[in-house]
Amino acid sequence: MVKLNVNGEAVDLDVEEDTPLLWALREHLDLTGTKYGCGIAQCGACAVHIDGEVVLSCALPIDSIPKGAKIVTIEGLSPKGDHPIQKAWVELDVPQCGYCQPGIIMTAAALLAKNPKPSDAEIDEAITNICRCGTYARIRQGIHRAAGRRV
Amino acid sequence: MTHTHDITRRNFIVGTAAAGAGLTLGFYAPLGGTAPLAAEQAHEVNAWVVVKPDDTVVIRIARSEMGQGTLTGLAQLVAEELECDWSKVTTEYPTPGQNLARGRVWGSFFTTGSRGIRGSHEYVRQGGAAARQLLIEAAAIRWKAEPAECQTAASVITHVPTGRTTTYGAVAGEAADLAAPFDVALKDPKDWKIAGKPLPRLDTADKVTGKQVYGTDINLPGMLNAAIKACPVFGGTLKNYDEAKVSRMPGVRKIVPVGDDAVAVVADTWWRAQKALDALPVTWDFGPNAKASSTDSAQTLRQGLEAKDAYIGNRAGDIDAALANAATRVEADYAYPHQAHATMEPMNATALWTKNKCEVWCPTQSGEAALAATARAAGLPRSRCDVYKLHLGGGFGRRGAFHDFVEQAVTIAKELPGTPVKLIWSREEDMTHDHYHPLTQARLVGALDENGDLTGLRVRISGQSIIASVMPGRMSSGADMFVFQCLAKGGDHAISYDIPNLLFDHAMHNPHVPPGFWRGVNANQNVVYMECFIDELAHAAGKDPLAFRRKLLSKNPKSLAVLDAVAERAGWDKPAQAGVGRGLAVCKAYGSYVAACAEVSLKDTRDLKIHRIVAATDPGVAVNPRQIEMQMEGSFVYGLSALLYGECTVKEGRIEQQNFDSYEVMRLAEMPQVETIVMPSGGFWGGVGEPTIAVAAPAVLNAIFAASGKRFRQVPLKNAGLRPT
Repeated sequence: MVKLNVNGEAVDLDVEEDTPLLWALREHLDLTGTKYGCGIAQCGACAVHIDGEVVLSCALPIDSIPKGAKIVTIEGLSPKGDHPIQKAWVELDVPQCGYCQPGIIMTAAALLAKNPKPSDAEIDEAITNICRCGTYARIRQGIHRAAGRRV
Repeated sequence: MTHTHDITRRNFIVGTAAAGAGLTLGFYAPLGGTAPLAAEQAHEVNAWVVVKPDDTVVIRIARSEMGQGTLTGLAQLVAEELECDWSKVTTEYPTPGQNLARGRVWGSFFTTGSRGIRGSHEYVRQGGAAARQLLIEAAAIRWKAEPAECQTAASVITHVPTGRTTTYGAVAGEAADLAAPFDVALKDPKDWKIAGKPLPRLDTADKVTGKQVYGTDINLPGMLNAAIKACPVFGGTLKNYDEAKVSRMPGVRKIVPVGDDAVAVVADTWWRAQKALDALPVTWDFGPNAKASSTDSAQTLRQGLEAKDAYIGNRAGDIDAALANAATRVEADYAYPHQAHATMEPMNATALWTKNKCEVWCPTQSGEAALAATARAAGLPRSRCDVYKLHLGGGFGRRGAFHDFVEQAVTIAKELPGTPVKLIWSREEDMTHDHYHPLTQARLVGALDENGDLTGLRVRISGQSIIASVMPGRMSSGADMFVFQCLAKGGDHAISYDIPNLLFDHAMHNPHVPPGFWRGVNANQNVVYMECFIDELAHAAGKDPLAFRRKLLSKNPKSLAVLDAVAERAGWDKPAQAGVGRGLAVCKAYGSYVAACAEVSLKDTRDLKIHRIVAATDPGVAVNPRQIEMQMEGSFVYGLSALLYGECTVKEGRIEQQNFDSYEVMRLAEMPQVETIVMPSGGFWGGVGEPTIAVAAPAVLNAIFAASGKRFRQVPLKNAGLRPT
């Protein structure tokens, strides 16, 4: 039995300890907003927050998560889907197919939490997620738009 | 709930109608059963339009949404003619089973070849217009008035002489009983209020909260999960496997051979299934292609550049004479590799099989082809099967002509009757079992006269035919005419230039790696070949690449217009800043006219900086200019990923690249500034999702030459040591 804190709730999971966090979230907690893209921490579709840091959950065995660490997924980012990043994303129609967007939104939200006014270079460095539809230009605009609004 | 096969117009009931609600839609609707009870009554006015009492309008969308925005565009077209309240529009996918049962009332489901809108605009607009007429008629009958005296706006019907009003929701039930009009008039696009506008997409909200349900997210009661491994060598087969080694691993339920070339592990969760699969000892018979390599294919294709026999795709004048009489003769060889689609959502499908029926939930670019695949694998007639489509996590052509993943899922589910099984391919499986961008080379020979004008062009394409592999029935006397995309005499992929003497032909060589339609398809390599070589000719003639092209486009005003537009915006007439080179490319693809101008610099012969791209498109009619801009922007990511990195190589019969660590793609830091010009000239309907990809790579390659004097003729650039900075 593994104990986790996900989106503010304490949960007990009956899973093998080497289960990656991604699959614990998706298959045991039914939190399917976090996506599988590569399984080797390359594409960022599985990004979640652990204690405010971006973590790629597809390559993170569940037993390596510190006790009491606070995990936040896209479902828990904001109560009504109204985080400044999410609002900017809607205003600019950032998503195309949308599959990579939960991971990108989580990565962008973590960036803004630490750096309320990131420069283009700082955005380049932080957002290394893969989007095959090619929404990068609007991702950049969306982060700039959300920057400065209250997070 | 919409999934009944004996739908009558009177009792049609809609429950969940949000876009992409295929998940909810299919669940508890038994095939051929009665319509389940829904919370509220809704009326199907006609096949395209369902209206609820609160004036919510559900527009049926037959084509698939994979990011390209077709869902919103098609809804705009229906809503425009319907004159409904756009703020109350939702959408839903009819199923291919319903389409079959209703005599293909929704037409084609195929969402390939940039045809989502250009292939269905007329009948979907007629559907909206007919529904409007029925609603007006129902109101007029109530009022004992003439329909001609009624007007509509935002779902409100007004009887003009008396000022009486009612709403679509109030009369939809009566409208549903009326006979469909024989003929409806369509609006002139210049009068559009909903279509033609840059409206926000209808599918964004759920995509920013994680609520959007993709195929990989399906969760059915009692569902099991499957992971699969096919023979790594194409054409090889499964010999045997040692089930005992993994059958007691946690969660494992069953191990099943799939077809003659794959094995799957079924477990309670996908992670456990994949883990057991990784541990499963498997022996393969690698078959006749076990030694095949990229080096061998390249060698074979090189021979094709000089082969005697070839299929002619376009011919004019006397090319031999033109070359013999040339003042200057220019010759160059180019090559384009295999590339994987690498959709972010790996291949997947969920199947539920019983002796009497089979249902599948999956992302597909063609519901009808998915239904056919389902029926084939299920051993049931199509009328006993159905497919519930979900929005795709990327398509790019991978999920259109090929439903290998559907057949596999059904084959596995057949071993577990009554239990739904979700099959997800690992990224490694996805990347090594794709249907790849075709492998080709080209030799181009051009003749310039003493004035530096192009008098003749010979293009020999050597390499793979997609059609021969995928749709052999569409070959014409052994030839694949689709190979000549953007080089054809006329049509949607006509060559842009007016060249008096030309000969374009194809020496077909099909390596064992299966080819597929890859966003842009043959336009991608052909426009690299053509536009880079035109650039070479311009330089050989000592002419400005813009002026050289303009002269050849004098009989093609639409291509000229897009080319001029990018040149003007880029400031072609003024010198670029020091160290920066500009490159152009223009073509007609999927019925649209597109052009791009790239500005790049190259430092230390390896650090490539793409500063800026200006792109223009004339798609004839622009249904949603904002979506078109997004497709153009994204096209540079897809097209430049291909140019910079895209290559799948073959060693010992198998694809070497397995995941994004070895199959790199462009990331945000490398994204150039892209400025888009949408310039619809009206009068025709061109595609949007693919054309611009074709100009991305050649514009950048030509700009690299302008900046550095280096001409790169092989994709991808990583092999030449170039890295984006």
